[in-house]
Amino acid sequence: MHMEKLHIRPLKRRHITDYTVKVISTVGALVGLFFLTWILYEVTLRGLMALNWAFFTELPSPPGVTGGGVANAILGTVIITILAAIMGTPLGILAGVFLAEFGKGSKFSSLVRFMTNILIGVPSIIVGVFVYTLIVAPMKSFSGLAGAVSLAIIMLPVIVRTTEDMLNMVPNSLRESGLALGVSRWQVTLQIVFKAARSGMLTGILLAVARVSGETAPLLFTAMNSSYWLTSLNEPTANLTVTIFNYAMSPYADWQAKAWGASLLIMAAVLALNIFARLVTRKKVT
Amino acid sequence: MNAITQKIPGDSRISSRIHVPDSGMIPSGGAAGVMIKVKNLNFYYGKEQVLFDNNLDIKKNHITAIIGPSGCGKSTHIRTYNRIHELYRDQHATGEIIMGGRNIISAAVDPVDLRRRVGMIFQKPSPFPMSVFDNVAYGLKINYKLKKGELAYRVEQALQRAALWEEVKDKLNEPGSALSGGQQQRLCIARSIAIEPEVLLMDEPASAIDPIATAKIEELMLELKSKYTIVIVTHAMQQAARVSDYTAFFYRGVIVEYGDTKQVFTNPKEKRTEDYITGRFG
Repeated sequence: MHMEKLHIRPLKRRHITDYTVKVISTVGALVGLFFLTWILYEVTLRGLMALNWAFFTELPSPPGVTGGGVANAILGTVIITILAAIMGTPLGILAGVFLAEFGKGSKFSSLVRFMTNILIGVPSIIVGVFVYTLIVAPMKSFSGLAGAVSLAIIMLPVIVRTTEDMLNMVPNSLRESGLALGVSRWQVTLQIVFKAARSGMLTGILLAVARVSGETAPLLFTAMNSSYWLTSLNEPTANLTVTIFNYAMSPYADWQAKAWGASLLIMAAVLALNIFARLVTRKKVT
Repeated sequence: MNAITQKIPGDSRISSRIHVPDSGMIPSGGAAGVMIKVKNLNFYYGKEQVLFDNNLDIKKNHITAIIGPSGCGKSTHIRTYNRIHELYRDQHATGEIIMGGRNIISAAVDPVDLRRRVGMIFQKPSPFPMSVFDNVAYGLKINYKLKKGELAYRVEQALQRAALWEEVKDKLNEPGSALSGGQQQRLCIARSIAIEPEVLLMDEPASAIDPIATAKIEELMLELKSKYTIVIVTHAMQQAARVSDYTAFFYRGVIVEYGDTKQVFTNPKEKRTEDYITGRFG
């Protein structure tokens, strides 16, 4: 019997290549971790010094005057983000359902998916300018509403894609079993498929909220900022990210300190959302 | 079993949805009642044809087995009986499947109504993400308006007929996925028979479960056939020989032979059937 000679590379060379790749990737991970830790450390340290009761409860002080807080900005950010989620979530879920269920395999759905992917990559400042032209200019005023719309537009494609991905993970056998019982397609989708995919979908929404809660550029063109309490959604609305932007660039030490405090607050909120999203995913679906 | 139909009025609702003339079940000239008459059924995945002029009479209250090597189209064939293939955009069937006097694959028949009459058990047990009780109650709630007591009664009846009640009566509120594979499959059977279909399609129902559970399901099929017409697709020839009354042998999308199970297994007319049954290919 003829046997071909096996070509065996010397062990040593493979060992070295193996080792090199391992070292390079570990260094890469460490560098990333280093900067992340540095940012976290600085923000936490300097942020904590700025936090006090007044920070959470009082309105901003005039320029150069020490004291006051960013209570209106905290409230503004919460309201704008919730409003954005209320606008973006249903639309995103519906579009995701279309892609994964009703329009699956159609030409139109590949077009929608393609556009969604492009929308994910659009820089947020462009969304800000877009909403400025769409809402702020005609209304002749910056507004919290415009801010919420711009954040909703940023959230939308993220929710669409995660919804689609999560629904696609539900095995078709479940859909077939439902349909085979004489259940109509929409009922199978809402009552069976959603149930199987709900934790993943919820995670997607939470992560989308976490993502937009740190957006600054679109709010600069839409919600702008304010030194007063919010009285209506049709007026400039204070929010944390634009506050950070303004305060960090100001010459006043007290404002700069407050920018650190606000940064810490946003970071903590995003972290909390991420942890919550993980807990939701970990909870096994029954 | 009579108790169920007597106690719960309105079972006739299902059959009244598709107007079934009583004589429609028995075609002229047919000795035994024919439940489903398949005429020149062709099936396509996109442009690729996978079933070729299938003709078959499925007899009422009997078990018909469909056997054949992998990829011969046996599952595809029965998946047209409840039009479940319509879930996929690129699949379509042509020809006629006559049930209750109507061609059920025509667009005029509502597939949702059809599926209430033609239940299906799949290869992989797929309990819904709900409790054991709700798995069975779900189809009932969708199809009938039942009071709480009636619902519980019918869930219990279905679980008993699926020979599962004794094993699950203390864990009705646990998730269906917590049951063993064999129990899950019987849960799926209970779920199907709860809505009182006339036909039960079984697509390799025992291929993913252990031999003991398989024996239970086979026993169950023999009990169920007094009430339902059963069509089973199976890889296991012994299974076909054990449970079925009639057997159809499929090869490359063509029905090579169809007849009495005993005859097909002991005295096949076709050479290819004999080769397959004796294990010369497959």
